[in-house]
Amino acid sequence: MVVKSQESRAIKNEDDIAVVRSSVKRVVALLNFSLVNQTKIITAASELARNVLEHGGGGEARIELVDEGDRVGVRLSFEDLGKGIPDFDKAMEDGYTTGKGMGLGLGGAKRLMDEFSITSNSPSGTKVSITKWQERI
Amino acid sequence: MANDTMTSVATLMRDSQKEILADWVDQQLKDPARTQAVPESSLRASSNEFLSIFQEAIQKGNLDNMAAPEWEGARKMLSELSASRALQGSTPSETASFIFSLKEPLFALINKQLGAGNIASSEAIVRYSKVLDQLGLYTFESFQKSREAVIRRQQKDMLEMSTPVIKLWEGVVAVPLIGTLDSARTQIVMENLLQAIVDTNSKVAILDITGVPTVDTQTAQHLIKTVSATRLMGADCIVSGIRPQIAQTIVHLGIDIQDITTKALMSDAIREAMERTGWSVIRNTSQES
Repeated sequence: MVVKSQESRAIKNEDDIAVVRSSVKRVVALLNFSLVNQTKIITAASELARNVLEHGGGGEARIELVDEGDRVGVRLSFEDLGKGIPDFDKAMEDGYTTGKGMGLGLGGAKRLMDEFSITSNSPSGTKVSITKWQERI
Repeated sequence: MANDTMTSVATLMRDSQKEILADWVDQQLKDPARTQAVPESSLRASSNEFLSIFQEAIQKGNLDNMAAPEWEGARKMLSELSASRALQGSTPSETASFIFSLKEPLFALINKQLGAGNIASSEAIVRYSKVLDQLGLYTFESFQKSREAVIRRQQKDMLEMSTPVIKLWEGVVAVPLIGTLDSARTQIVMENLLQAIVDTNSKVAILDITGVPTVDTQTAQHLIKTVSATRLMGADCIVSGIRPQIAQTIVHLGIDIQDITTKALMSDAIREAMERTGWSVIRNTSQES
């Protein structure tokens, strides 16, 4: 897999989430994703960016354009230096939340994307990476 | 350096205020950063006012701390000046040069008084340079603050502008939502909507999300809360403007909105609302196209 371009966006407040969304939107439009897939990717980005802000106390989003020859894609990584996640299974469960949200962010983001990975160096920091692929036309 | 030299500069400034003013205004007019936002007459007037205030302040001898009470007059004048210039459309550098351009005439005066090139005059110049730097930075910061205040006001205006509640028919109100449905906007929408329901005695409210680009779990949660509050008021709520991509995203996210009546189009929602309130729309067949 070749990373063709990448950009980073800091997430420090609510407005930055909107900035992440619009950056992701620009990138996925470039890749000719269908409108449905564009919306899915942007929504997943929105969920994870909000997690970074609300549970991680802020962090960074990295947006990468990746290429595997027969398919191209977008990989989004969200990293924070928060408390970390002690129990992944629990965190992925729909409806489970330690905050005020619906508890659907992580599971939802996973369902909206093709690949999902989460690492947490509990007790500090969480990194979530998601990827969506598009067959090369 | 002896403070009497400082006060003598103050005295000298007072005595030759006219010359300094002429010099200074000349400097400002020559400034390549100058835009036409501030007319020469008002430039001259504010320069003259500042010279008097500045001269009074240095007479009191405190040249180290611009936050001291002696400098209150100067600070007040500069922040008012920056605020008005920010509104008039001056550039930040132009506004900051107002103070920085005073250096040249002032230093010329100090050199004339104390003799150019000797220790006393260099010390005085260093000292006054610091004073003007501080005041210049203060001006710049005030300018920035005024700009930020303008932006905050515009943001607030935008929040309120973009959430009108429309009375569609007797007993039916609608809110066309546009942009991001964050907490602040949801609060305003909810307040406006609930008040409109009371004022118009409405039984059905339509929330249209055609103009909301992304519906994530937080947006959904805000919508659900608004719908619940509407129900508590005794009115039904219909969410319209659900585009196909939004519908699929909501399903994948796993958000349960089964209790909420949703429609693809606003017109469907209006039809539903009319039916629920007992109205029916009949097309006059003779005008059918």
